[in-house]
Amino acid sequence: MKAAATALTALGLLLVLAGCGRNVESAREETVARGADRPAYGDTFIEALLGNVSSLIPNIVSDSASFDVAGLMYSGLVMRDGNLNIVGELAEGWTFSRDCLTLTFRLKENVTWHDGHPFTADDVVFTYETMINPKTPTSYREDFYAVESVTTVDPHTVRVRYKRPYAKALQSWGVWMLPRHLLERYVREGRIREAPQNWRAPIGTGPYRFHELRAGEKIVLVANPDYFDGRPHISRVVFRIIPSQATIFLELKAKGIDAAGLTALQFKRQTDYPAFRKAYNKFRYPANAYTYLGFNLKDPRFADRRVRQAFAHAINKWELIDGVLLGFGREATGPYKPGTWAYNGKVKRYAHDYEEAQKLLAAAGWRQRNAQGILVKDGRPFTFELLTNQGNEERKKVAEIVQASLKQLGVVVEIRTIEWAAFLKEYIKKRRFEAIILGWGIGQDPDQYEIWHSSKTGPDDLNHTSYANPEVDDLLERGRASCLQEERVKHYHRLQEVLAEEQPIVFLYFRDALPVVSSRVRGIVPAPNGIRYNFPTWYVPKGLHRYTAG
Amino acid sequence: MLAYALRRLLLAIPLLIGITFISFLVIHLAPGEPVELATGDLGIQSSAQAKQMLRELYGLDRPLHEQYWNWLTRLARLDFGRSFAPDGRPVLQKIGERLPVTLVLNIIEMLIIVALAVPIGVFSATRQYSLFDKITTVFVFVGFATPDFWLALLLMILFGAQLGWLPISGLRSLNWEYLSFWRQQLDLLSHLVLPILVATFGGLAGFSRYMRQSMLEVVRQEYIQAARAKGLAERVVIGKHALRNAMLPIVTILGLSLPGLIGGSVIVESIFAIPGMGQLMVQAVFERDYPVIMGNLVVVSTLTLVANLIADLAYSVVDPRIRVSGRRR
Repeated sequence: MKAAATALTALGLLLVLAGCGRNVESAREETVARGADRPAYGDTFIEALLGNVSSLIPNIVSDSASFDVAGLMYSGLVMRDGNLNIVGELAEGWTFSRDCLTLTFRLKENVTWHDGHPFTADDVVFTYETMINPKTPTSYREDFYAVESVTTVDPHTVRVRYKRPYAKALQSWGVWMLPRHLLERYVREGRIREAPQNWRAPIGTGPYRFHELRAGEKIVLVANPDYFDGRPHISRVVFRIIPSQATIFLELKAKGIDAAGLTALQFKRQTDYPAFRKAYNKFRYPANAYTYLGFNLKDPRFADRRVRQAFAHAINKWELIDGVLLGFGREATGPYKPGTWAYNGKVKRYAHDYEEAQKLLAAAGWRQRNAQGILVKDGRPFTFELLTNQGNEERKKVAEIVQASLKQLGVVVEIRTIEWAAFLKEYIKKRRFEAIILGWGIGQDPDQYEIWHSSKTGPDDLNHTSYANPEVDDLLERGRASCLQEERVKHYHRLQEVLAEEQPIVFLYFRDALPVVSSRVRGIVPAPNGIRYNFPTWYVPKGLHRYTAG
Repeated sequence: MLAYALRRLLLAIPLLIGITFISFLVIHLAPGEPVELATGDLGIQSSAQAKQMLRELYGLDRPLHEQYWNWLTRLARLDFGRSFAPDGRPVLQKIGERLPVTLVLNIIEMLIIVALAVPIGVFSATRQYSLFDKITTVFVFVGFATPDFWLALLLMILFGAQLGWLPISGLRSLNWEYLSFWRQQLDLLSHLVLPILVATFGGLAGFSRYMRQSMLEVVRQEYIQAARAKGLAERVVIGKHALRNAMLPIVTILGLSLPGLIGGSVIVESIFAIPGMGQLMVQAVFERDYPVIMGNLVVVSTLTLVANLIADLAYSVVDPRIRVSGRRR
């Protein structure tokens, strides 16, 4: 009896204590709400990276983990703002000659490298030399093939001459600038990967400086007090390498990390409880990638446009978005993201309509059905194999829904999943497939020459479906040959009309990116460019700092 | 004894060359090539020229036998080459920074397993079909059947997310560099508790089972009966006469598990975000980073051969009969 009473008292005490804790918390939040929500310096932001960072010179890598880290340490002459417009970063301004052949950059004058050296026009020339050096292992050289020369006019003016007008000229100068005084020797000898700047001592001009790296464990960056755009508010950024998606999610729940990208299921169901909603802000914006159903257009069945159009009618894109993405996606009508300048919303759409699909198939000669109800033409039933890569649950589900939809038409689909590297080498490159479910990541510029042009069908090229259309070739060539947006937009709008009509692939959807960020972080402004573009101006109000650092 | 060890070591050289040759072939047979990943395949940026350039840079455009010969001659000078990853760092450096963590983790794990498995095995053998034996049998089957990653996640949810007693993942806390020396060790240890627990659980099951079986066989032998008939205390019979004989097969199995100490556990390391050898190897395989894969294989297979040798030598220590026959020969 007595013991029970003691226990009760203890419990009561605990409750009181817990109550107190809550009061303190809410009092603190009120002060914050009452106007203490002012930008402050300090605190640490902890991020999780799924993959290992492979290099700290971003010009020679292509994995997203390395970009995330290096993006904070380096800057380009230009960058994209929240609305995806090109704005100056290291460049104060620029002028294009009327013929699009001469581009002159005026550089900001107060910029220094992290080691104190001034950043000058000569570093721009050096970066160009690095990118075109055949010994530099970079995948971004193509951007500079059209350049005839890069010269310094004075220490803060650079002039770029082009051999022919190049649409991506301006964007290509978003390339990360590299310091000549540190890297020249290594670049000349073709050993840029062995430079200390690639691993132990990266030097850039960006908002954050390198502090520490522990291989496979973490990378620590600290705010650059001399950043030309003003010292960033958050003092320290820690990237923790956590190779397991499940662990990242647990760390997030335990507040071990401050931000993560979630899956639709995690976003909608597994984080829908008060404590999580209080601790994190959720964001949603369309990612730069779409998923599609592609055909081998060398296959006579798929070479017939009516068959592809019939499939477009048979597949309900909204069913895919709801079923696979729990609604977190947008219908794709072409290869451009809704809301970007090249996007054309007034193209032919394919309503979900089995009758229309059947009519189109009949017109293509698929009229008869055999005993199993499968469409037959010239004695051959309509069956094909649909390939996708292993380990991607989303694509597998898409394949299953496509399979079910086409079954209604009398078309039999067999799904097969193959390990990624083997899938690329043995099936995609050798064109040994009938149909595929895959995705394309799209760049900031609408030039998609590599994907649709009929000259790009070699084994290492990216026109996997072997699409060839003279009008499309022409539009792509003209689209990349001008530096004027109002001129280019015409070609890209027309391109989308042709692609929508032809359906060389069935465009399915744009997935939404679903990031969450700790709610103590302020200053995040979601925009078409996502949320990261203004990271240096993110801040944590004084009262909410969680870590004391620098 | 010394001559025997030397002869074994010399014989290991052709064996090692054979192992590396077959591994080299098998790795290059796997579809996909390093240049795909280095150029970020399926991004619009990557181009055919970029890929060709990388092939030449890495020497992948050469015939396979030439590639192998180049690699082997460099290896003979102890040059493991540089990683194909964009960091381009020496393979030995990459292995060197990963090896200590994996070694510490696995040695602690192995010691705990042996320290627990031997008594458990002995007890359940000497009290066969007792309650203790039955409980350990159930425990052992649960241990065999539990997937590592599942147990790991459950423990992380309980001790990390719910109770908050232990860190969920990683090797060090954020403020590690500001801690005193002993605090640092304590911090490391607290990060290692869950991974070791998970790794031990599965291993313990197997080992205690081997021990039990081996002990059961030994106690049925006539010399044990003789020892008992002599009137020796049961403690001496089991602890001295039976145990020493029952340990023999365990030594063999221990010897065989030594390479595992270096190889690291992929699942445990990935889930707990521990930067060890297992992670390095898996990543290298996915990226087709041939120099790192081969470097890893050389290190692991060398150590396997050495471990086998040590196991054989250890045999002669625990089993005087082998020592005697060795001398006679």
